[in-house]
Amino acid sequence: MRVAIADYGAGNLRSLSSALVRAGVEPVITVDPEAIREAPLAMIAGVGHVESAAAGLARHGLDDALRERAAAGRPVAGVCVGMQLLFGPSEEGGEGLGLLPGPVRRVRARRVPHMGWNTLAAPRASALLEGLDGADVYFAHSYAAAPDDEDVVAATVDHDGTLVAAVEAGSLAGVQFHPERSGRAGARVLENLVRWSSGA
Amino acid sequence: MVKRRVIPCLDVAEGRVVKGVNFVNLREMGEPVELARRYSELGADELVFLDITATLEGRGPILDVIGRAADELTIPFTAGGGITGVGDARDLLLAGADKVAINRAAFDDPTVLTSLAAEFGSQAVVCAIDARGGEVVTHAGRTPRGRDAVDWSREAVERGAGEILLTSIDADGTRAGYDLELTRAVADAVEVPVIASGGAGDAGHMADAFEAGAEAALIASIVHERPERLPELKAELEEAGWPMRR
Repeated sequence: MRVAIADYGAGNLRSLSSALVRAGVEPVITVDPEAIREAPLAMIAGVGHVESAAAGLARHGLDDALRERAAAGRPVAGVCVGMQLLFGPSEEGGEGLGLLPGPVRRVRARRVPHMGWNTLAAPRASALLEGLDGADVYFAHSYAAAPDDEDVVAATVDHDGTLVAAVEAGSLAGVQFHPERSGRAGARVLENLVRWSSGA
Repeated sequence: MVKRRVIPCLDVAEGRVVKGVNFVNLREMGEPVELARRYSELGADELVFLDITATLEGRGPILDVIGRAADELTIPFTAGGGITGVGDARDLLLAGADKVAINRAAFDDPTVLTSLAAEFGSQAVVCAIDARGGEVVTHAGRTPRGRDAVDWSREAVERGAGEILLTSIDADGTRAGYDLELTRAVADAVEVPVIASGGAGDAGHMADAFEAGAEAALIASIVHERPERLPELKAELEEAGWPMRR
């Protein structure tokens, strides 16, 4: 199965790409809107800011390609800043694709960035996080999505308060942590994601 | 609660792992990505590759090491050592490093931190600070810079650093414990995570660093000699009341 990863110039997509290969799919890092439209699964990943990421997507017309996919109910998954891009305005500046309602807020905690391994609470059934309630995964972020609709939340994490760690809603999925850097638990998330996308 | 981290540091010279005492008397310890994978299997939470190559001509291999590490590792890692500015740091991040640790280039020109944070996010920008007697030193500990390390760490964070890698040159390689006074002072002064570095001899030292406010403890010689020590250290920390990642 082909997975198109939107390349908006945020650098490090190599680790995710290698992890997807281990999950048994064929990742393609691309700036081609057509490839984003056609792949069975499209992903937004990378690091940096919502503002520069959104601008990077728009520069290549990838934003419209992703919106079209979402409107047609075809799977789109975001990792880290990619998950934030599914949402609306960010306190960091800029605005995401608005595919899910809600802002992106600055993490308020004694230590920011929220950096390191933290435990997922995934009490409700979700395809994405099946078998991962209580698993430790790796986070590295200073901003986090705050969905308007709590029903989209698939997992949370505690960092001096509750942060949204993953969302799953119809054909949209997002994880705030880095599955490609989360050992065996992360590998399981990517395998779940691939399975989810063929059923979504 | 985010777990405290145990981070093996691999000093890399011209593509090989080495370790010395007080930054001198280097001994060769193996192939970096191989050793890294071993640590990952043994439960390392994160890794640091520090390029301590002495010459400009020897710097090529580190990009190859970082690229292979990005492909093969399933835990995060930082690349540092000898970064001269934004260009070097970008090369390492684009090669696949999750973070870069910048030492002298940041001290000489703190806007380097700001530029990198703007492009990659501050979570990818680690400011490495070496200190002797609380004073910032650079050039592998040879050059005192006349500035208080706590003061510099505060500015580094304001400029864009998302983490501080704090090494006590006095304690480095001694296995007599981290510089707790310095660690506590910096951890209290900044909001970002602090990685304590230099002097780890046993799990008690690491627990002391966590107690002093460090989010992570860097270790080198104690695990390079016997990598199986790593899971033992984590079990001892867990027993001492510091939950480790599972």
